[in-house]
Amino acid sequence: MSKKLDSESKIEVPDSIATKISFVIMGFGNLAHKQFVKGAAFLLIEVGYILFMLMGGLQNLWNMITLGTVETHEEKIEGSMFSRVVYGDNSMLFLLFGIITLMITAAFVGFYIANIRSARNVQQLEMKGEKIPSFIDDVKLLIDSRFHITLLFLPIVGIVTFTLVPLVYMILIAFTNYDRDHQVPGNLFHWVGLANFKDVLLGGVGFADQFSHTFFGVLGWTLIWAFFATFTNYFLGIIVAIIINQKGIKYKALWRSILVLTIAMPQFISLLVMRNFFSQYGVINRALINAGIISDLNHVIPFFTDPTWARVSIIIVNMWVGIPYTMLMSSGILMNIPQDLYEAATVDGANKVQMFFKITLPQIIFVTTPYLITTFIGNINNFNLIYLMTGGGPSTTDYYAAGKTDLLVTWLYKLTSDKKDYSLASTIGILIFIISAALSLITYRNTKSYKEEDSFQ
Amino acid sequence: MSANTTSKTKSLQAQKKAGLIASYVFLIILSIIWVIPILWVVLTSFRVEPGSFVSSFFPAPYKWQAEDGRWLEQTYTLQNYIDLFTPDGDYDFGRWYMNTLIVAIFSCLISTFFAVSTAYVMSRMRFKLRKTFMNVALVMGMFPGFMSMIAVYFILKSVNLNQSLIALIMVYSAGAGLGFYVCKGFFDTVPKALDEAAMIDGATKAQVFFKIVLPMSKPIIVYQALTAFMGPWMDFIFAKFLMGTNYKTYTVAIGLYSMLERERIFTYFRQFAAGSVCVAVPIMVLFMCLQKYYVEGVTGGAVKG
Repeated sequence: MSKKLDSESKIEVPDSIATKISFVIMGFGNLAHKQFVKGAAFLLIEVGYILFMLMGGLQNLWNMITLGTVETHEEKIEGSMFSRVVYGDNSMLFLLFGIITLMITAAFVGFYIANIRSARNVQQLEMKGEKIPSFIDDVKLLIDSRFHITLLFLPIVGIVTFTLVPLVYMILIAFTNYDRDHQVPGNLFHWVGLANFKDVLLGGVGFADQFSHTFFGVLGWTLIWAFFATFTNYFLGIIVAIIINQKGIKYKALWRSILVLTIAMPQFISLLVMRNFFSQYGVINRALINAGIISDLNHVIPFFTDPTWARVSIIIVNMWVGIPYTMLMSSGILMNIPQDLYEAATVDGANKVQMFFKITLPQIIFVTTPYLITTFIGNINNFNLIYLMTGGGPSTTDYYAAGKTDLLVTWLYKLTSDKKDYSLASTIGILIFIISAALSLITYRNTKSYKEEDSFQ
Repeated sequence: MSANTTSKTKSLQAQKKAGLIASYVFLIILSIIWVIPILWVVLTSFRVEPGSFVSSFFPAPYKWQAEDGRWLEQTYTLQNYIDLFTPDGDYDFGRWYMNTLIVAIFSCLISTFFAVSTAYVMSRMRFKLRKTFMNVALVMGMFPGFMSMIAVYFILKSVNLNQSLIALIMVYSAGAGLGFYVCKGFFDTVPKALDEAAMIDGATKAQVFFKIVLPMSKPIIVYQALTAFMGPWMDFIFAKFLMGTNYKTYTVAIGLYSMLERERIFTYFRQFAAGSVCVAVPIMVLFMCLQKYYVEGVTGGAVKG
């Protein structure tokens, strides 16, 4: 409603002098109409912002463009044979402070717009001869029609400081050469444009060629893994749910609880235990020896040391982790499928297999498509499982800093924590984002729940 | 003719019975596969034999020579739990446990509040930037979380908060506003007519939120709180990155993980198992009690996307 008023006022009423002054001196319109607290607040924000920009904000923005010019170097101390180290500019901090300055500026622009809107609003109220709201009236609105501002304030502050700023920072890093050869504070790093993307996607000579070889190798495995991990869990989970929910099975709650127990077990514990089970001298190989299937410790199955075995092993372990989730979810859906559908099918002479493919499966797939997409993306980013089970191994000299079971995310992690190739890691992060975003956009946009989000209620 | 039908129904019944028996066998095998790792951790936590690789699934009797030269033999012991809770240099599991509990309680409170209030706003209020906010949230959620880890670290370091529990609480709960989708889906199902009726009676939006929507949304709030509470017990990557070698502010997850490092695993494996039991049991109990809500959250989120 307030939006409507604003647009009307823009056409019909020319700005009064007080409103015009508000374009330069924030809060003037409010002060002129005796809204002292609000006006003073706007004025204070303007003064604060200008002071901030003069005291260092402008410098921050400039530093963000240059990313520092003075390298760390040694300097002769005058009149002596010794020299001392002079620390140069810190490109990393320059970039960070630059982003923070940009965020502060964005917030200021928001206040500026609010200031003009508020000035026009009071002007309009005065012309109509209506009561101009006092500060207390404004505060009261914060628990009513403007309650969203109250509720969203803290969450948004949290999101901006701990998600948005870091994210913008890392996205920008992808366009610099902040890698193992350009570590701060000793060295500077610089803007390099799209060079990192070119290295990763198109290859080049030397290192760049290895980057792109690794990227496509790891990407291929990531997609294969996500496909198998998602669909094995999905279908086996549904089958388990159907078996538990079929007529005549007793102690349904017990069977379900046994599987659910593993969801409740902290994942890193169960995964570390599984790692122990599958390791060279672990429980499984011991059991196979005891059962006489393999002869001795020299002939153990290389669960984690052979690339193919390692890949199969983690898909199997993932089933152990994931089937209970799907089982739990599809149990709920199964119970909601109307029983008369099955009765009608029985009368028509359908057998169990037909009923599964014609009634149960379509119903479940219909309901769970969004879940499948999120699970697929979740599996592309399934850090814990790979990191805890194989750590990305077995390693190979083909790849740069990656092993045969590394996913893009675990490779990203290794690049950051082991190699300090931040620019490369950020580039890969952006590529992962593009892949997941593309996948979900194609599918989400076509679902009813997205299209009719607003009209649904 | 009639004899034929009876034999047919009989064979059908036999088929059904065979099907049921097969199902039971399948379920029993399944249960064994799913219970074995859990059982093994519990058994290991009482084991006397050191090391992580053992020759049998069930602990074997272990012989060792005591200081006075006598040979002792024992299979099960409580010593692992006693050792676990006895501070040993940097290793202080009791302290880590309290750290995790504190972090879990605070981040549970904060992030539930953030997620629930954001969800309410998105579900019930209409304002200019609403759709923008929802799309931005969706987009930000698609970037891998580790990507921003280093930047978060530097931000916390610049205000001297790295290596502290407050940092961990902030990291776990600050972004919770982005995870409103499941909760919003639930709020959307609470009839709007109730709000309207209340507002006709003069209730403010805040009153609608606290007195009508919140009390009706217990399942989803419990779900949010449960997932937020369990997070700090399970995450080790962010915690490890923030804490480095400051053992005093470790959480159980990093503590347990560090027990399995190559040079420690032989001595600490049984303590790792005991620690795992201490972490897993309360969480499992909590989870089992609140399972109903969890299922509603999972299915609700899945159905509504």
